[in-house]
Amino acid sequence: MTTQFKMDAPQRPLLDRTEQGVIHRPLDRPEGPLKVSGRAHYAAERQLPGQVEGVLVRATIARGRLAGMNAEEVRAMPGVLGVFSDERFLRNPAQGGAGEAPVQGVREIFYHGQPIALVVAETLEQARHAAANLRPSYEEAEAQVDPATASDVDRPDKRRLDQGDLDRAMAEARASVDVTYTTPPHHSAAMELHASVASWEGERLTLHGSYQMLKYNKAELADSLGIPEENVRVLSPFVGGGFGSKLGISPEAVAAAIAARDLGRPVRVVMTRQQVFSMVTHRTSTRQRIRLAADEEGRLTGIGHEDRVYNLPDEVFSEPTTQSTHFLYAGANRRLGQEVARVNRACTGSVRAPGEAVGMLALEGAMDELARVLHMDPIDLRRRNIPDRHPEQDIPYSARRLADCMDQGARAFGWSPGSRREGEWLVGQGMAAAARINMVAPSEARVTLRGDGTALVETDMTDIGTGTYAILGQIAGEMLGLPVASVDVRLGDTDLPPAAGSGGSHGASSAGSSVFLACQGLRATLAERLGCEAEDLTLKDGVATGGNFRADLVDLLSGGDLSEEGKFEPGETADDASQAGYGAFFAEVAVNRITGETRVLRMLGTFAAGRILNEKTARSQCQGGMIWGIGAALTEELSFDPRDGHAVNDDLAEYHLPVNADCPPIEVHFLDERDEMSCPIQTKGVGELGISGAGAAVLNAIFDATGIRVRDYPATLDKVLAGLPD
Amino acid sequence: MRPFDYVRAEDTGSATEAARGGATFIAGGTNLLDLMKLEVMAPDRLVDITRLDLGAIERTEVGGLRIGALVTNADLAAHGTVRRNYPVLSRALLAGASGQLRNKATTGGNLLQRTRCHYFYDTSQSCNKREPGSGCAALGGINRIHAILGASEHCIATHPSDMAVALLALDAEVETETADGARRMRPLADLHRLPGDAPDRETVLADGELITAVVLPSAPRGHQAYRKARDRASYAFALVSLASVVAVENGRIARASLAFGGLAPKPWRDPEVEATLIGEVPSEELFDRAADVLLREAKGHGHNDFKIPLTRRVLKAALREAAGMEKPA
Ligand SMILES: Cc1cc2nc3c(=O)[nH]c(=O)nc-3n(C[C@H](O)[C@H](O)[C@H](O)COP(=O)(O)OP(=O)(O)OC[C@H]3O[C@@H](n4cnc5c(N)ncnc54)[C@H](O)[C@@H]3O)c2cc1C
Ligand code: SF4
Repeated sequence: MTTQFKMDAPQRPLLDRTEQGVIHRPLDRPEGPLKVSGRAHYAAERQLPGQVEGVLVRATIARGRLAGMNAEEVRAMPGVLGVFSDERFLRNPAQGGAGEAPVQGVREIFYHGQPIALVVAETLEQARHAAANLRPSYEEAEAQVDPATASDVDRPDKRRLDQGDLDRAMAEARASVDVTYTTPPHHSAAMELHASVASWEGERLTLHGSYQMLKYNKAELADSLGIPEENVRVLSPFVGGGFGSKLGISPEAVAAAIAARDLGRPVRVVMTRQQVFSMVTHRTSTRQRIRLAADEEGRLTGIGHEDRVYNLPDEVFSEPTTQSTHFLYAGANRRLGQEVARVNRACTGSVRAPGEAVGMLALEGAMDELARVLHMDPIDLRRRNIPDRHPEQDIPYSARRLADCMDQGARAFGWSPGSRREGEWLVGQGMAAAARINMVAPSEARVTLRGDGTALVETDMTDIGTGTYAILGQIAGEMLGLPVASVDVRLGDTDLPPAAGSGGSHGASSAGSSVFLACQGLRATLAERLGCEAEDLTLKDGVATGGNFRADLVDLLSGGDLSEEGKFEPGETADDASQAGYGAFFAEVAVNRITGETRVLRMLGTFAAGRILNEKTARSQCQGGMIWGIGAALTEELSFDPRDGHAVNDDLAEYHLPVNADCPPIEVHFLDERDEMSCPIQTKGVGELGISGAGAAVLNAIFDATGIRVRDYPATLDKVLAGLPD
Repeated sequence: MRPFDYVRAEDTGSATEAARGGATFIAGGTNLLDLMKLEVMAPDRLVDITRLDLGAIERTEVGGLRIGALVTNADLAAHGTVRRNYPVLSRALLAGASGQLRNKATTGGNLLQRTRCHYFYDTSQSCNKREPGSGCAALGGINRIHAILGASEHCIATHPSDMAVALLALDAEVETETADGARRMRPLADLHRLPGDAPDRETVLADGELITAVVLPSAPRGHQAYRKARDRASYAFALVSLASVVAVENGRIARASLAFGGLAPKPWRDPEVEATLIGEVPSEELFDRAADVLLREAKGHGHNDFKIPLTRRVLKAALREAAGMEKPA
């Protein structure tokens, strides 16, 4: 049976009335022991009988045509089984949720680093050496690699908004700022390298991959190869970090499938770290002009936010930089807009919190600047500008505790800005608001109550390190009155009911709701068997009570399995209210007076994001997000060569992710909240909220400590140094 | 990785013998293996020296220290005598790489590690060091980490070691052995060459010449310190580093051994800077003069221009600290 539900009206919180008491608890992730003991097998660890190794070869020009290559010579090298260069190869990965093939082809070259061939050999060493000896020849064409000077620039309509008269608001403002912030190209640099093992049985392809959204990936893979979707199975039970870079099918999967078909043997293709930096999607740089106009009390009368980003020609994705600017603050006069420069650089796409991750860096920096102009506490300024209704769409907000987050966060942190000296260091504090839109997506799951009184949850949902295994087990356990140890969760297999996938922080709400719905169906059946109304049914520790009846679950099941599918769909509540997660970041930093180096001394985030399903995994998400904020603020920048546009610092020694020594104690607090407009389990996205604005708190703290306003992220020492006295 | 022969040497004689006529020694492998996987280095033959008896740290007759070439960075940093008498060395080592790497990395390998120039690592780019005569892509490219001193129009790469900078400030000598069994001692200052028009030739060592030890003189007088400015708090190479051994006696500077990292193709020490300081009364003006001397030929390449003011600031801070002076507000 199937329980179907569309989110057209607010939903009362049933999960607050169930009795098992496992929701919200900081439970360990059930797959943790497998991971720390090496028994959780990731894609690259698959070893199928007869498996051989493929290594991708990249283009070394920025634009032009592939004229030829010494394939014959390379085929003759020891161990080499084949050199593949096929028009079905992907130019770049599919964008998240595309469900169809991205741009394909190897003849036409659009960027330095584009995959143009796959060399397959018996061993990895042979394949790698042969790949290094494959020498393509090219007909080079003129390339454009600099987004600032690119001649081909799009101005998407969907990103344009002109409301009222911003120029006039600026001219008449009692206080205003007109500033330009920049953020650099940014890479998710997930720990697990992108990898696929492809094998065929007749017409049927099985791909062990590392992907976030399997139902789409299956469709993208089938479309890329020109085969029916039914013939493709994708497996991703464990994913070592995705952050958007594993949303869409990527080149190694298609290349592995093509080679495996031809050779009649399973083929494994694992990207090198250097290849990951050019072959999967990264986040564009942004140049953002922010204008804020305010009256003498600090009430905003106008907001302008215009940005320039880049992507390859023909890519529809562009970073939604101004996403939260639409709804976060008041101001009658508004102008938003975007330019997308078309450049010959690796593809850009969704990276954790597309939009807010960079848009909030600029907006929250500018708000800090406005507070300084007004001599106002930055929290007061923000509080004063929390709108009653959406300033552009005139709809209400769903649950929104931004003011509470700022106030409670300030208290917990000991908010007391003002520079002080400690030896060679200048210390100061900064804050920023957090905001990230909330989304849900269609998702399906099957829950089976087994005759022995245990349960099985099945869906093709993924766990990319976020805690999906844990929370889906908790939801089922709560709804069915079982301890989590009695619930098994199977994920990451397209033979299971199709889920929303992990992306846009919508996984927990969407997949969680589908599990909830399936359990609701099961509860109805159990209530019937017990002889009570579904509303009166209580399930706890394997015992059902309701009306005047009481029975052991096992007896109600009488040895048989009971299975139910849950299908969740977004509905009208998505348009009826502006939904977002909110929060506040606080940072204390020390800036070295000699070198300009910045160290974050401590950081705190307070968040309101609907119901928190598992306090531990949610906390980890927010801490991780804030570490990303530190990276954005201080260390991370992917450099592209000004001549051929190749990714220059393409390894983890030179692409500077924050390391432990960069990460101070990070405190996370959650406010109690239910968002009844979001989904039947009243949750909102958590995974991206913790990054959305975090870096701005750090740069605002640098200003507090030194009086130096860095508007060019990241605030590496050279940018601070320039403003320090001798 | 290109196929190669592998020889495991049992003693220094067999190691240098095996290396005669072109071979590459492998110690910790933390640098060499990365480069071999990328085919930036593609030796025909590897001579594994990890079984050699070069792992000891011993007192010398004159009260110094002899550090075997295979002593790991971790062991050297933790050694009691080093921490007591040569704290600048300990600090420099601990400021480098990560715990895991320091457990593998050796004293000899650290001295001879190759540059971290991005273009050197990328075989799709021109690089005179990797492929003599092909050009230098770092000029006109991303050169934030590159040299401001001692470079040439053919190569602007830096030497990345922290350890070597401290050893240079401590007047270390390098002991080597050649295939004919000859032993040599050279000042560390003479080990590395400047690039000139042959950036592929990085040291004065002969083919197959094995580093057997590094020898330190007895503990120096004065205040020892290691400063390292970098792009993150740990696990990043120096943008500018400074190992200093400075003694102030009777109100005047009596010793000023100042070695810099991150600035040049080799660990950098400038006798004229030291001559400017020695015998003088510490003052802001004096320190500025020393910085002027140090940076008289400094040349930025765009992204790394900031290293010039940064070096001045780091130098002055170190001198102030040694002289017990405060930074003026
Ligand atoms: C990610 C990363 C970060 C790092 N960060 C830092 C840092 O911050 N600071 C820093 O100083 N270093 C850093 N390092 C470099 C590290 O210190 C060196 O890789 C290490 O010291 C090399 O020692 P090894 O024994 O592994 O050398 P190997 O890799 O084995 O050899 C390096 C070279 O030395 C030669 N060689 C080795 N021993 C001898 C000998 N006895 N005689 C003659 N030739 C010899 C080899 O032939 C080879 O050419 C980092 C390395 C990595 C990978
Ligand atoms: S700086 Fe030196 S190592 Fe770097 S590309 Fe130029 S020649 Fe090669």
